[in-house]
Order: sequence, then structure tokens, then C-alpha cells
Amino acid sequence: MAEEFLLSMEHIRKQFPGVLALDDVSLQVRPGTVHALMGENGAGKSTLMKVLLGIYVPDEGVIRFDGTEHEKMDIHSSLTHGISMIHQELTPILHMTVAENIFLGREPVRGRTGWVNHKELYQKTQELFDSLSINIDPKAKMVDLSIASMQMVEIATAISYNSKLIIMDEPTSAITEKEVAHLFRMINDVRDKGVAVIYITHKMDEVFEISDEVTVLRDGRFVGTKPASEMTKNKLISMMVGRELTNFFPKLDVPITDVKLEVKNISLEGKFKNVSFEVRKGEILGFAGLMGSGRTEVIESVFGIYPPDSGEILVDGKAAKIGQPMDAIKYGMGLLTEDRKLSGLFLPLSVRDNMVYSNIDKYKNRFGLNYKLMEEECERQRQALSVKTPSLAQIVVNLSGGNQQKVLIARWLLTEPDILFLDEPTRGIDVGAKSEIHKLMSSLAKMGKAIVMVSSEMPEVLGMSDRIVVMCEGEKAGELTREQATQERILQLAAGEAVTV
Amino acid sequence: MSTENTTASAEAAAAQGAQGAIKERSSFRSFISKYGIFLIFLGMCALIAVVTIDNGVSIFLKYRNIVNVLRQSSVIGIIACGVTFIIITGGIDLSSGSLVALIGCVSAIVAREVYGLPWILAVLVAMALGILAGAINGTLTAKAHIPPFIATLGMMVSARGVGFLITGGRPVDNLSESYQFLGQGTILNWGENFFVPIPVLIFLAVALLSHYLLSQTRFGKYTYALGGNEQAAYICGVNVDRHKIFVYAYAGFLTSIAAVVLTARVSAGQPSAGIMYELDAIASAVIGGTSLQGGIGVIGGTVVGTLIIGVMNNGLDLMGVSSYWQQILKGLIIIGAVIIDTMRHRGGKS
Repeated sequence: MAEEFLLSMEHIRKQFPGVLALDDVSLQVRPGTVHALMGENGAGKSTLMKVLLGIYVPDEGVIRFDGTEHEKMDIHSSLTHGISMIHQELTPILHMTVAENIFLGREPVRGRTGWVNHKELYQKTQELFDSLSINIDPKAKMVDLSIASMQMVEIATAISYNSKLIIMDEPTSAITEKEVAHLFRMINDVRDKGVAVIYITHKMDEVFEISDEVTVLRDGRFVGTKPASEMTKNKLISMMVGRELTNFFPKLDVPITDVKLEVKNISLEGKFKNVSFEVRKGEILGFAGLMGSGRTEVIESVFGIYPPDSGEILVDGKAAKIGQPMDAIKYGMGLLTEDRKLSGLFLPLSVRDNMVYSNIDKYKNRFGLNYKLMEEECERQRQALSVKTPSLAQIVVNLSGGNQQKVLIARWLLTEPDILFLDEPTRGIDVGAKSEIHKLMSSLAKMGKAIVMVSSEMPEVLGMSDRIVVMCEGEKAGELTREQATQERILQLAAGEAVTV
Repeated sequence: MSTENTTASAEAAAAQGAQGAIKERSSFRSFISKYGIFLIFLGMCALIAVVTIDNGVSIFLKYRNIVNVLRQSSVIGIIACGVTFIIITGGIDLSSGSLVALIGCVSAIVAREVYGLPWILAVLVAMALGILAGAINGTLTAKAHIPPFIATLGMMVSARGVGFLITGGRPVDNLSESYQFLGQGTILNWGENFFVPIPVLIFLAVALLSHYLLSQTRFGKYTYALGGNEQAAYICGVNVDRHKIFVYAYAGFLTSIAAVVLTARVSAGQPSAGIMYELDAIASAVIGGTSLQGGIGVIGGTVVGTLIIGVMNNGLDLMGVSSYWQQILKGLIIIGAVIIDTMRHRGGKS
């Protein structure tokens, strides 16, 4: 009866508007093994797991789990069927106790009123912790725990379901080495009991230490599955990254002149440490690194959203005092944030309003606002950037992602900045609009502006940047010139490895 | 919730070296946090007791007076117990006052002397109506995804209208004796200086039942879970929609009990009754430590919150202070309680 595979996901396809997240992806996991799932940001790992859990329904494909075939899974029954998950984002119920969090939904009850047997609840939790050698008080409130402890509780919860398959999504993101060793002991224990573990991580050392097999995804496609013993770091990296770089990046040859912005040794407690870089007029500086490496934090800090604790910022060679974004704007900076819907656009407002709000002072006159001037300038921007909208009065939420992004770029252009920070400027945008935005960036550079571009898309980073700063876990891992930069080098620096240039 | 933020703050924890699994929290601070409101209440009582001393005897502390305070707080207190559940789930209920009026009138109609129906029937009709109204509130919130504020506001306004429609705008009186006993009767009458009014008994029973439900049952845990993190609760298999409906229905049930007590006490169902009761109930819960953000609150706190308002009103009455001042003070206490609550939770979070 013993089937070879506990889990077999076959030819899964998942389409989202504008993006094919999973394109014919297959994954086969044997019981009693640790199966690592690897890939860059956006490769499809999380999406695949969400399909497995039943949070997403696949457009095509079949899931075979523990002998039964499913066309889709269901979030409520996946727990009872034997799949549990440690989520990447910790979502505890802060004001309830550890034990209450662990057993939420399956509290030990007596009788029909649903009376919770608290004694048993805490006893069971203590037993669970004892069996896993975890030292946390079951009666403590989650809000009082450190983040590392919260993650240990999360791990214990997933194991407590006695599931046949445990998915671990970045389980070591918040814990220290000692706890990682502890986690690996726990994983070994469950593996011996025949449990299968799908292990998702960016940390390559962990993959080689704990996994039996490795599956790599890239751009929503299945690249391959190999036993860990046959893998090397280089092989792994090239599987994750090896794509053809089609050169449709309209990078113009632009004269790069004086240093416009100099950032010296800035640090922000808990976010980044000792980061230095400079940007010249006409230059595009790429900021690469994995999620959580601190890139967004650095530029938001320089822009004044949360100023650094220490370090210096110099604009045109002179010290700049930036305590809030208003100051940054006065120094000629502009910032296109990472999540345009969250912190960029005023969704219920018109295109025109979205464009002018950073710079409303410009349009003040004696009676109020100079609407004529506003309309003229906005119209000019609309044409210059080719924003596809029926009119300036169109509500911005109705525009496509690419056009929304252009509206935001127009907003910053209207402030006539000298330094432009762009955080993931083409994320979630179709190919055509991407290329237009890149053309825009190049022409801005040509005008002598200094541009800092944070991007997680390798081709974009390599295609558009004059120089690339790579961040890793809050520190600057290295810097590469356009000539020196290759995908492999960037990824190695991003993973914390040394690189020979 | 971006991954970058979680991982960055995670690195902070790692950088600090994970010193100890639990953050230090001075035991003094947690003591105050848990019992603070009760201490404030005792302090208030002590103050008023002293201030109302006349001829060596504190008028405030006289049994009759204390029982009065309890009786007057009963109706609001019963409603407040129900609304506590709702606020803990992160919702709100503005319809309690109007429902007290509507349910009171319907119940009164059934309880009319002239029909000769048993009082229990009037009570059961009230309860059924309360549960129904609550369930409607809950369904609008959970299934139709209408914000609780709006859903219960709609109920508040229309229920009031229905009440006026049914009664033609006139009070429903001449109720049976046995029904009126529920609001005016007393038990354990050991002489003139000891008796327990029925409304107080009902308030006590409701508080105990609510406390039990909230702290000892799965129902209670799910209530906290929903308020703490609805998404997490959903992922753990809690039927969020169904639970919300139950919570609002329970509040409706308690509102109906309050309606019966009130109607019985004033011997008439009045379509204009209960004005502002919902706000008083919410205020009681909030003063008692229930957080409007959700996830936090206990019945004991709500009861103390109700009594704080009751004692304050009573104390100012005894001191001869105009009732307008009472209103101003009540408003200030509410603001004060929320400021304290906000500070408490801002300070505690990392």
C-alpha cells in the first residue's frame, strides 16, 4: 500500500489578473523526508503552498495527498486531512495566552456548553512543550513574548496537529542560531516518525543541512527536483536564476557628473546598520537584495519617514537635516513607495488630484487655488508620460497598475526633484508599461537627475543600473559596477556570501 | 503586513540576542492594569461615603441607597454585558436603546392585564424578538459585510420606528401584576433593612452567565480570537460568520431581558424609552476596560464600569449637584478611560 509519494501536485496552473503565478508546476514529496522549495522572490513558492492549503484554487492541475485525489483543497479540511503550516508572517492573537493560541479551534471541552477545560488546556500545552524541549510558559500572553519565542510557539503549533505534512515557510526568519539548531532537532524527530516537511527558505546553508530533496521554481515554472546530496550551491543558484536576459532595457548613454547625494554610515536600530552609498547626477543606482534586507527601510529613512539614528546625509556636498519627508522634498527629493495602493495613491480621488497633492503650494493664489494652472501642468504630464486615462477627472482606482504608477511619477515630477527614489517601480505592471517606465527613468537620468532604484527583479536591476548596491540583512553586502554585475554575483552578495570580482 | 517589515523586526529580536523568552513587565504595572479600574471604583465609593456623612452616618452607605444604585444600574448593566462581547470582537452595537423600547412595547402588549396571559409568555416573546433582532444585526455584519456601526445604526433607527408604529405612539400600560413584579418586586425580604430587588438579581445572574460564557467556554475564546486577529481565527478553522451572528444574537437576548426589567419597573411599554441606553452601555464597557480595538475586555470590568457611572450619578444626587453636571462628568470619565486604555496598550506593544 505504501505509495511512493505522500504529496503529488501535478501541472498546477494559477493565473491572476496580469500575472501567471504558476505555469505547469509539479511537486512530489515523499513521506519521512524534508523537501526544500526554493526560488527567488515571486517565483511562486508561496502561491503554490496557498494552493496546497486551499487558500487559492488552481485553474488547472491535480493534487494527490495521502492517496486521495483533489481538484482543490479546502482551508478548513486541510488541517484535518493532515497538512499544517508555519506561516511566514506571524499572526498571533496577542492578548490571549500561548496555550489559547496553540489550541484555538480545538480547545479541550467538556459537555455541550463548550466549557473549556483550562486545566487540560495548559497541561496539554506543557506536555507539548516538554516533548519538544521548549521553555516557554503556556500561561504567558503572546504579546509579552519576544518575536523569536512567538516563532517557536508557531512551530510547536504546527507540530501539535500531528499532521502528515508540515509546510514551513521561512521558519527561521526571527530566531537565533541556538533556536535554529533546536528546530532542526525537532524536524529530525518528526521526520523519523514519517512526517514530510516542505521547507521554504532563502538561507542556503539551511537547505544543505536539513533537506533530503530540493525543488527549484523560477518565474512560476518548475525547474527541477534533485536530491540534496547532488546539489551544490552554485548549481542551486544557477537553477534559481538561470534565465535568458532579453535586453529590452532602453538604457541610454548618459553623462554622469557630480555627486548629488552622499549617505555616510547611517544606522537605524533594528532596521539597518552602517550603510553608505553615493549617487551622481545622471546616474541610476540599483538597490538589490532579498526581501527583508532593508532596502526600503534605507531609502525611506533617508527620505525622512523614520530618520536614521546616526550617520550623515549630504546633498551637493552639504550636510542635510532631514527630520521628516517635508524636509526631504525641500532638498529636492522624491519617493515612489513600494506599495502604491498602500502608501502612494489616493484611490478615490482623481488623476489630477493625485498628481498635485505633493505640491499644492505651487497652485495657491489669492482666492484659493489656481485650477487653470493645475489642469495645464497635469495635462502636460499626462501627455509626456502617456498616461492612459479618459480624462484627468478619472478616479485613479480605475486605472491599470502601470498607469497608476505613471500618475505617481508625474506627481513627483511636478515637484521638480533632483533626486528620485523609486521603490519597485515596475512591480505588478505588464511588460509594455514596464518598458515605458524604464524609458522614463532613462530620460530623467539624461536630464541630470540622480535616481535610486530598489528592485527585486534581476533583469531590471542589471538592465537599468549604472551601479548596484546589494543589501543583506540590514547591511551593505557589496557594490558592483555595471560591467561587474552578473545575476550570480548579486544573488551571492544578497545571500551573504563573499564574491570575487 | 509586508514581509519586509516582519523580517526586519525579527532581525531586531535576533540582534538583541533573544534575551529571555518573556519581556520584563513589572508586577506592579500588571497589577494596576488588571485591577486599576476596581481600585478607582473603591476610591470613588470611599470619597462619596465620606462626603455624604450627615450626623455621623454616611447616607451613601445606607443599605437603601446602595440597593438603589444597584437597581438603577441594572438595566444598563444587563445591556452592557451583551455589548461587551460585541466590542471584544471588534464590532459595536448602536441599536440597544431602540430595541429596549420596541421589545418593551411588544412584551407589554402580551403582558396586558386584560389578555390574562401568563407573564412567562411575555418574557419569552421578548427574548425571541431580542434574539431575532440581534441575529439580523449579526447577519448584516457578517454576511453582507456591512460595518457594524452602520448595520446597528440602521436597526436603531428602524426599530424605533416600528415601536412607534405598533403602539401608535402611546404607552402600553395596565400590565399584569405578576409581570410588574419582575421590575418592582423584591425577594429575601428580611425586614425593612434588607431586601433584594428582582432587577438586581437578574443583573447578577446575567453578569455571572456572561462571565462564564466569556471566560470558560469555547464561545468566549472565539470571541476574543475574532477581535484579536480575525484572519488567524479563520485559518484555525473558526467559523467567523456564524460566531459573529451568535455574538450579536446573545447581545440581543440580553437587551430583551433589560427591556422586560425596564418595562416591568415603569409599569408600561413606552416607544420613547431607552434613549441613549446604547451609549451608556458602551460607555460602561469601555470604562471597565473593554478596548474598542477589540480582543480585550472582561465582564467584571464592565460591571465595575456600570457601577462607576451609577455611583457617580448617585453621589452627585446626594450632594445636590445638578444632573447637568452629572452628564458632563460622565463624558469626561469616558474620555479619561479611553485615554488610559490607549496609553496602556501603546506602552505594552513593542
